[in-house]
Amino acid sequence: MASCTLETQAAKDAKANSVSRLLPRLSPLPALLLPAVASAEYKFNFPEPVTPIARETLHIHNEFMLIITILFVVVFAIMIYSMIRHRKSSGHAPAKFTGPTGALQWFWALIPFAILLFIDFVLMGIPAVQAIINMEDTQTKADMVLKVTGMQWKWQYEYPESGIKFISTLATPRDQISNAEAKGEHYLLEVDKPVVLPVGKKVRVLLTSTDVIHTWWVPQFGVKRDAIPGFLRETWVLIEKPGIYRGQCAELCGKDHGFMPVVVHAVPEPEYLAWVEAQKAEAKAAAGGADRTWSKDELVTEGKAVYEKVCAACHQPDGKGLPPAFPALAGSKIVNGPLLDMNGKVIKDSHVDRVLHGKAGTAMQAFSASLSDVELAAVITYERNSFGNQMGDMIQPAQIKSLR
Amino acid sequence: MITATTHAAEHPAEHYPGGLMRWLTTTNHKDIGTMYLTFSLIMFFVGGLMILAVRAELFQPGLQLMKPEFFNQLIGVHALVMIFAALMPAATGFANWMLPLMIGAPDMALPRLNNWGFWLLPPAAILLTLPFTLALFGIGDGALATGWTFYAPLSVQGGMGVDFAILAVHILGISSIMGSINIIVTIFNMRAPGMTMMKLPLFAWGWLITAFLLIATLPVLAGAVTMLLTDRHFGTHFFDAAGGGDPILFQHLFWFFGHPEVYILLLPVWGLMPHVLSTFSRKPAYGYKAQVYSFIAIGLLSVVVWAHHFFTAGMPVPALIYFMFSTMAISLPLAVLFFCWIATMWKGAMTFETPMLFAVGFIVLFGIAGLTGLILADVAADAQYHHSYFVVAHFHYALFAGGIMGVMTGVYYWLPKWTGHMYSEKLGKLHFWLTVFSFNLTFIPQFFLGLAGMPRRIPDYALQFAEFNAISTLGAFVLGISQLLFAWNIWCCVRGGPKVESRVWEGAEGLEWELSSPPPHHSWEIQPVIK
Repeated sequence: MASCTLETQAAKDAKANSVSRLLPRLSPLPALLLPAVASAEYKFNFPEPVTPIARETLHIHNEFMLIITILFVVVFAIMIYSMIRHRKSSGHAPAKFTGPTGALQWFWALIPFAILLFIDFVLMGIPAVQAIINMEDTQTKADMVLKVTGMQWKWQYEYPESGIKFISTLATPRDQISNAEAKGEHYLLEVDKPVVLPVGKKVRVLLTSTDVIHTWWVPQFGVKRDAIPGFLRETWVLIEKPGIYRGQCAELCGKDHGFMPVVVHAVPEPEYLAWVEAQKAEAKAAAGGADRTWSKDELVTEGKAVYEKVCAACHQPDGKGLPPAFPALAGSKIVNGPLLDMNGKVIKDSHVDRVLHGKAGTAMQAFSASLSDVELAAVITYERNSFGNQMGDMIQPAQIKSLR
Repeated sequence: MITATTHAAEHPAEHYPGGLMRWLTTTNHKDIGTMYLTFSLIMFFVGGLMILAVRAELFQPGLQLMKPEFFNQLIGVHALVMIFAALMPAATGFANWMLPLMIGAPDMALPRLNNWGFWLLPPAAILLTLPFTLALFGIGDGALATGWTFYAPLSVQGGMGVDFAILAVHILGISSIMGSINIIVTIFNMRAPGMTMMKLPLFAWGWLITAFLLIATLPVLAGAVTMLLTDRHFGTHFFDAAGGGDPILFQHLFWFFGHPEVYILLLPVWGLMPHVLSTFSRKPAYGYKAQVYSFIAIGLLSVVVWAHHFFTAGMPVPALIYFMFSTMAISLPLAVLFFCWIATMWKGAMTFETPMLFAVGFIVLFGIAGLTGLILADVAADAQYHHSYFVVAHFHYALFAGGIMGVMTGVYYWLPKWTGHMYSEKLGKLHFWLTVFSFNLTFIPQFFLGLAGMPRRIPDYALQFAEFNAISTLGAFVLGISQLLFAWNIWCCVRGGPKVESRVWEGAEGLEWELSSPPPHHSWEIQPVIK
């Protein structure tokens, strides 16, 4: 069952039954070729909507599909009738007319356009305008704000009201992607840390990006909005049903565009509040970590985890990178350069400078915006002491804090 | 209908060099037309091979054949090759071959410009694809990996493939603008005496509007990619928010060109359709004036609807409403064209030779493109369709079923005129049925993939998308292989085959059918007079 919807079991079974009858007729060949996934169900329409906007969108879509199907059938029925009746082989003598003659013919010629005008600007046009106004109304009665920041190739989520901030990355193991091991149920649609949102609350979603344009999309929410570097865009969701909802980045954003999923856990409000408290406690503990002195081993262990989550997609797990776009860290002059100047300040274009402030015009972003003091100190220390780099030095979270 | 005093005298004294020099130096509209069409056919297969590699990767979930970086390069270059190097040159090839024949002119108005216009294409195609080869030798990191849309800041970040593509687009643009100038000048100045604008063949009308659209919009694209080039190398910040620029500005500029581009690819085909339908229905085209006015209306509307390509980028409510309604308005003149096509067939005496089959297939499948385009204009629904496979399927119905099948209609329709030989009807019909079947097998599943939530331009996908992708890939391979029949049929027809008359088809009307098949080296030395 590779669906990401939360249907009732009965509905699922009913659907699976109707589909299993359809399936052999539709595609015997691929089904034979792909026994492993042949049990997945076919979907011919949007996934189940769980927000008011998604319901409205599905309704508009179904109505429009019906209208265009009717138009298609009627128009081409006329054409096919003509193709059967007006054949040379059936002895039909060609007419000579080149346009409508007389009032009656003009009337019949103009009727289709009157109908089309009505469909475009009244039948579909008016509900469409209402839907747009509803969709763009992000502020009326908004209960909370979620800030989403796209980064190559992960999402950062921030809850400004409660001060929670974390990065959410793909959790599917690389071995599954390279076909070295069997693919899990939520292949490519699973993350290490999902966003948690309360059910029944209007969430105003603010979007931006640190590098290129990304697009935040959860099909069951019916919203899709670009995250644009240097600008804020917004949309809103009001999730009506608890569940796990999955989506993906929808705008080509570089090599791992296909590997930055969105996973949202929608939970009842009390559960959400408990989660917020837990997150705050965790953040407090982490912030406390910045004030104490860490041992090198601690930093390297923590740094390895951060590296694999944040850096490895470009610089590769072995630090060899993918030159020329993504330089190697192993043996790199920058990584093996001096840590800080004699006054303890950042040296321009040094290792610390790159990690904190990024490099303009490349995929290397300013991580001071997205990583904590501990994470930054840990990952810098790790990089200087791994992949054959033997600098032997380290930087403390407290130092990073003072350098910000 | 137009009647003409024919003059198809033989001209034994044809002065041109032999061998390669003939083709390098030719100023003859037919030679240049042939070169455009040959180039287009070759690039059609180049672009096709790229996308077959992509479809092969997408056959199953997981990465099997290539890295995502290479995948991204293939999809973008596939689009640029198909649009700029296959479809546009095919239409220009038609114009070169047929316009002088159809309007009673001896040649195109600006023959040297014509030659140069063609010979800019091969260097541009090489520029576009060279980075693939360079990467094999360890130079650079391959071709443009941003999709054909060059969206900044991804394209600012990209490797030297982006620079190659920018320069290729510049050269292709110069070539297209020169071709357009030539076509406009030819149509305005070289028509046979008595052929007023409202007696101009519809194919010429379709191309005339195309040429104006090209001249109006290509400079905007050239400007946009030049700004991109300076952002990349000379420290400007047109598209960088940190320097006061705006990434969305690039999208506005790109689609100001990009949307009319769709009609640039389609208008020549729409111009061709009434000729084919009227020939095989043995009945004059219905609604000549209505079609001309629709061409003009679509041309004008096409430059004021661009932002529907990025509704999800976020824009003010009035802008959303305006772009939605202006886009929907295009359905009206388009419906006029559908009405005229079907009314041309109505009460005719139809036969279904290969060109007619392709024309009918075009109408039905392009109808799907038009109708899905109508829903895509709806901003709320577009939020679901946008950036998904639904859009991929939609524009392939427009550009493959609309553009390429339209071009195939023209090729089968005019090939006997060009070569003096009949192609194989049997192979042609087989090609048609295989194409229509496999095209739908490829793209119908993509509509459902999009609805189910599969984003476009991803090299790997979640398991619920597996079956439809597998079907789509099978369809794509059948589609690709069937096109070999097309090439083979053309090859055989060029080499020989049953001789054809001047008027190849029983119901064909127009000046082009008054000249011998193949026409003499210089088309109309003495212009026919239209009464």
